[in-house]
Amino acid sequence: MNNELLHADDAWQVDGVRLHSRFLLGSARYPSPEALREAIVASGTQLVTMGLRRGPQPGGDDAFVAAVRHALEATGARLLPNTAGCYSAHDAVQVAHMARELYGTRWIKLEVLGDRQTLQPDMAGTLDAATQLVRDGFVVFPYCNDDLVACRRLLDAGCPLLMPWGAPIGSGQGLLNPFALRTLRERLPDATLVIDAGLGAPSHATRALEMGYDAVLLSTAVGQARDPVAMARAFRLAVEAGRIGWRAGVMAPRERAVASTPVEPVAPGAARP
Amino acid sequence: MEAALHAAGRPPLVAITLDGRAHEAPAGSTLAALVASLGRAPHDVATAVNGTFVARAERAARALQPGDAVLLFQPIVGG
Repeated sequence: MNNELLHADDAWQVDGVRLHSRFLLGSARYPSPEALREAIVASGTQLVTMGLRRGPQPGGDDAFVAAVRHALEATGARLLPNTAGCYSAHDAVQVAHMARELYGTRWIKLEVLGDRQTLQPDMAGTLDAATQLVRDGFVVFPYCNDDLVACRRLLDAGCPLLMPWGAPIGSGQGLLNPFALRTLRERLPDATLVIDAGLGAPSHATRALEMGYDAVLLSTAVGQARDPVAMARAFRLAVEAGRIGWRAGVMAPRERAVASTPVEPVAPGAARP
Repeated sequence: MEAALHAAGRPPLVAITLDGRAHEAPAGSTLAALVASLGRAPHDVATAVNGTFVARAERAARALQPGDAVLLFQPIVGG
């Protein structure tokens, strides 16, 4: 058995940092700080997202934030702050600067949302904010839709990768528009592409990696699972399976059946099927 | 009212909003002093005044003005 694909160094890179895990994990909506910490460890992730919120947090997030910090110390994973909850480029830029000061990293997952119900990205606002933030020295991970032209503009603005949505945030619907996602992969062959948002089942992650996407980011599917730690492990395996499958070469679907076993007639002289 | 307080020997105050709620701070005080008065360590929060980020190193030079809208941000878990 050829084990090269299992043992090859298959890292991807952002900002000169080599990452072996293709599973980015959010930290929201876990039932307990302990579950959050253990899920981070079980996921094998090297990038965990966190956010910022204004105002006092009575009862707060302190225990959950501490859980993330402990898990990062234990695993060596990095923090990826986000600008979640921003509906304008201005606000996203301000939050990004605050995140850099608070978290001590210039990496930022940029979210500029355009609709409070669909939580879809405002692509114009995202491009505006990305342009400003790249100029200010940030490494911008832009949450985006699957519009090829708009995505190209983000790359041209200096984003090192793209994070197109699979489905609305927190919806768990998986890859709603695989045609558009395949188009992005085909038309941007050299871009690093990370599916972000909407994944619900491990099989969704496998499918994303099988399509040639470089990684996935998800949060709710793990945090809201009945057993978040087990689900984190499931997604880890799913991501690995998808990546190995893609590298191994997934067969092209066929319209007609093709026998996988050579069939010989039982009766001598009978016509071959 | 302010004049009456001043006449009574109380220090003047400046009316601002803090995280969306009315707040009064000593006149002439700075953003750094405000953060300290709230019992917050400088490294635990990020600050914005009137919608614009104010870096930690600049807080001591940022005097609070009447009507300033101050926002304090802190880390939270998120997706």
